[in-house]
Amino acid sequence: MEELDPHIEGNGNSLTVEEAIANLQQKEDLGQRYYAAWWLGKFRVNSPEAIKALLEALEDEEDRAPDGGYPLRRNAARALGKLGERRAVPPLIRCLQFPDFYVREAAAQALEMLGDKSCIPALRCLLAGGVAAATQVPGKPHLVQPYEAVIEALGTLGAKGAIEEIEPFLEHSFPKVQYAAARAMYQLTGNGVYGEILVRALGGEELQLRRSALIDLGAIGYLPAGEAIAETLAENSLKLISLKGLLESSLEGNCNETLTLLPESKNILKLMDSLL
Amino acid sequence: MIVADSTQKLIEAVEKADSAEGLLDAVEALSAARDEAAIPTLIEVLRFNNPGAAVAAVEGLIDLQEVAVPHLLQQIDDYNYGARAWAIRALAGIGDPAALDILLKAASTDFSLSVRRAAARGLGNIRWLLLDSQKAFLAQSEVLDTLLLVCQDGEWVVRYAAVVGLESLANTFADSRSDLMDKILQQCQEMLQGDPELVVRARIKMALEQLEAILPLQNNNK
Repeated sequence: MEELDPHIEGNGNSLTVEEAIANLQQKEDLGQRYYAAWWLGKFRVNSPEAIKALLEALEDEEDRAPDGGYPLRRNAARALGKLGERRAVPPLIRCLQFPDFYVREAAAQALEMLGDKSCIPALRCLLAGGVAAATQVPGKPHLVQPYEAVIEALGTLGAKGAIEEIEPFLEHSFPKVQYAAARAMYQLTGNGVYGEILVRALGGEELQLRRSALIDLGAIGYLPAGEAIAETLAENSLKLISLKGLLESSLEGNCNETLTLLPESKNILKLMDSLL
Repeated sequence: MIVADSTQKLIEAVEKADSAEGLLDAVEALSAARDEAAIPTLIEVLRFNNPGAAVAAVEGLIDLQEVAVPHLLQQIDDYNYGARAWAIRALAGIGDPAALDILLKAASTDFSLSVRRAAARGLGNIRWLLLDSQKAFLAQSEVLDTLLLVCQDGEWVVRYAAVVGLESLANTFADSRSDLMDKILQQCQEMLQGDPELVVRARIKMALEQLEAILPLQNNNK
């Protein structure tokens, strides 16, 4: 889900790595800490010092939001997801039990990116109770658990053992949870039925949901969706990102030295050309 | 300007549309009228943050060709980058050399990647026959230099668009500018090895296959 707004670009804010780490470790200016955590992830700074500072930030008690949440922990978890450091896996797994919903969500997303299967049992725990338990928290916009993030992570991590737990979420009342389930089910089974659920979602009423389906189809690289993606009523930037996912999936197993383009790859490139 | 009643009704339908879907239908109808009087309204639609309607408006503007260009140049939105990207896209689709300056500037300096992307692709789509040959000769070199620069953009989608621009430029040059063709082929060969994004390398590969088919004897030094 990173880079969701493709219009935001490097804004000339020139921290050095040392400054960012120092900013993250000081305790006075919470805004600077928050920004430094994001910055280290954005620029993929995975030095041992950066990892250490982010892991400490993951335990931070200072930075508290009015709703009791932990903004710095959320950002630290997101950054750790981007840095490819396996040492972050056990602390992120512990975050899945944390009271702050958004910390749990960020941790699930980070664990998905890190790709370490050891977190699968802990992720599956959050699906306990199934769809019946997956209700909205009173007064909040979100459900009791970050189901989207958890289900998407299980799909990406290839958690075939979780298929029976995920499938019922295709019927959840939140469309985005349905899409997450379709996305994961496609990744876990390879069955086009689930890809087609997302293709149908491209024709939905709400722009926000069409965008969501575009991202999901790009993430799973569902090749038959090409034309439908190009015709979706949404920003071209997002459609291009989605088609990029398809193109990459069409070239899977293609050795880099001798890039060979099959007709299906060329078709996707032509669709992308039409959206520039 | 005298506006035909039928077009006036279509314009009013766009102005009165009260849903995303209603707006899309109204813009499609107005575009289909292919009436010069529709141009200001179609450009206005580019600001609405409704991607479906914007696509329909851009298509309508492209269908109107050169007559839309002065309006687009005049009404370019310096503040709303979404609207600016759509307007540049319309100019790119029309290919009128009158838009060259703005496309050159947008491709290399606009802060919004959607604008740079649309402009880079547009630079490959200029209808050179509308310029006298000396002006065209000079402008072609400038366009090529700009596209070569844009091939270094930090955003993959902008580099992708620059490759598409280079490919179309090469297609229009093939017979006349072998001096520039060499530069294009060389750039493509370099990026095929060096670009970090698979999708960009794939697009270059497709461009090279196509260019090598029209230039069987040039530069086969892979």
